[in-house]
Amino acid sequence: MTGSASPRTLFDKVWDAHVVVQREDGQCLLWIDRHFLHEGSFHAFGKLEARGAELARPDLTFGIEDHYVPTRERDLDRIDPAIRGMIVQLRDNAGRHRLRLFGLDDPGQGIVHVVGPEQGLTLPGLTMVCGDSHTATHGAFGALAFGIGASEVAHVLMTQTLWQKRPKRLRITVDGALAPGIAAKDIALSIIAAIGADGAAGHAIEYAGSTIRALSMEGRLTLCNLSIEAGGRCGMVAPDETTLAYLRGRPYAPRDAAFDRAAADWLALASDDGAVFDREIALDAGRIAPTVTWGTSPEDALPITMTVPDPERAGDEGRAAHIREALAYMGLRPGQRLEDVAIDRVFIGSCTNSRIEDLRAAAAILAGRKARVPGLVSPGSAQVKRQAEEEGLDRIFTEAGLDWVAAGCSMCVGMNGDLVPPGERCASTTNRNFRGRQGPGARTHLMPPAMAASAAVTGRLTDMRPLMQGRG
Amino acid sequence: MQAFTRLSGRACPLPLTGVDTDQLIPARFMKRSRAEGYGGYLLHDLRFDAAGQPLPGFALNQPERQGAEVLVSRRNFGSGSSREAAVYALVDYGFRCVVAPSFGDIFAANAVNNGLLPAQVSDEDGEALLAALAEGARDIVVDLAEQRIILGNLSCGFAIDPVWRTKLLHGWDDIDLTLSHVQAIADFVETDRERRPWAQPGRPEGA
Repeated sequence: MTGSASPRTLFDKVWDAHVVVQREDGQCLLWIDRHFLHEGSFHAFGKLEARGAELARPDLTFGIEDHYVPTRERDLDRIDPAIRGMIVQLRDNAGRHRLRLFGLDDPGQGIVHVVGPEQGLTLPGLTMVCGDSHTATHGAFGALAFGIGASEVAHVLMTQTLWQKRPKRLRITVDGALAPGIAAKDIALSIIAAIGADGAAGHAIEYAGSTIRALSMEGRLTLCNLSIEAGGRCGMVAPDETTLAYLRGRPYAPRDAAFDRAAADWLALASDDGAVFDREIALDAGRIAPTVTWGTSPEDALPITMTVPDPERAGDEGRAAHIREALAYMGLRPGQRLEDVAIDRVFIGSCTNSRIEDLRAAAAILAGRKARVPGLVSPGSAQVKRQAEEEGLDRIFTEAGLDWVAAGCSMCVGMNGDLVPPGERCASTTNRNFRGRQGPGARTHLMPPAMAASAAVTGRLTDMRPLMQGRG
Repeated sequence: MQAFTRLSGRACPLPLTGVDTDQLIPARFMKRSRAEGYGGYLLHDLRFDAAGQPLPGFALNQPERQGAEVLVSRRNFGSGSSREAAVYALVDYGFRCVVAPSFGDIFAANAVNNGLLPAQVSDEDGEALLAALAEGARDIVVDLAEQRIILGNLSCGFAIDPVWRTKLLHGWDDIDLTLSHVQAIADFVETDRERRPWAQPGRPEGA
């Protein structure tokens, strides 16, 4: 600790505790507590080998098969050899460097940002990195977690440290009660629409306020997950009793007296009264509506009751050009009611919305109803899958006509072959509506799980509120 | 890493907002080895039609933009996925600098780690550069030491983090620098163990 008496933010407390070296120019060499690797790590292992270097800390390094794993056929001998090659490559690297790998058949396998918390590998006050931009997810526990590129992955492999510049601090405070059925995803999309997809660039976000405090860990994970879609370096929520209750008894978390000692440290991480943020934004929870995206950037988000925007009314030429291009790609016209947009399929899954609470929200809408379009439901982990099956959620999905498959990144990024066909429109609980993200020519609308389930039932973008009547 | 001081070359406009890393290199090409070169996949689905034929209207395909080393685009360039392959695609294609009003943080860090300069300009200067390129301007100078861009009659400054500027000017690699701090790292680990005993992963029961 620096021993500084001035009030500090949550972010600064975690950052300060990890500074190994601070240079005169402000660059800090940070100690990294957890490093997650997935199949995309091969470039970094290549750099390690090119230097003839050893993995510095295999005990702090965890491999997870998620990006390329098949969700239907788990027998690797029966899948595309190029995809199998990506998985085998990770296994080889994990074996060579003797690190714990959550492989396809491991009961703990799943999407890295679901598995970390589930296993208690994610803890408050840690620095956590992964070659994946959605690493911000783990900030839901008050960890400083962020995505890095392959050169940085290689640096962490070799040194367990990383050079970073201290970002600015942005506090987003959300107060008040959410209207019934409004989800963390709606909060996140509303924030991104308000500040832009680069609105938090160069900033560490802290989410605060009574609405955030009232969120479950699943909700906080969804919110922090989407920090990167606002351009944020990371997103954090201060640890509290909700955090502690989630962590107790997790496989890799401290136990008994060690847990109590840790818990005291963790609760002390909350931002001090009077801590100064470089920027502050406040939102009224009561004004947050069910939200969907219409365009090709997460900032292209609107309440479901609205209409598709008109480029002629855009503020500037850059924005107008973006709207024109987005509408052309998405096959939409200005003024069209969002609720009139017909969809071709749904996808429920991804590191954003594949946890048990997400599946329950989708199942609550789908119970006893039929989907009008095909769809895929991929739980975030093998553990979420088991729990959902114990609760009978899998039957609700399959009886509605949706496919219930195994855990992985799946149709969010399509690397495993789960693709949205060209020109098709997908109601998706994922995080990116970029052109071609779910497959070449695919059209993605982002929304929370209950909204995706509602879209499945009606075959179009749908306000979920009428479908929630009389249901949990 | 190749140092970047002053570049005099051709510029290519890409007047799009939020060119994300999924555009820079679609995910399906990322299984390939870097040794094959990623330049052919750069902006693949914007550059080529479904049959793999170059789209004539796309800037990178126009004869006067061949050999371009500077790409000029709109805000939020390189947003999205942390894939360093997006930078490899730009570098392997031949780009050494991207000019835009804002960049995705992870992309910008990846760029600097590969000697690619992310030059941040104001919205006004960015639009002026794009307008000049639309009118046929081609030859550009990017001077990192002076932090200045010259395109025809236009001359504007650009911003870059001073640490990144130094790193690019010298072509430095972080690893060598870090290895000079090996004792500081060992000392940190020693004291940290007592300060944060809970930071070490536990041992799962039955493991």
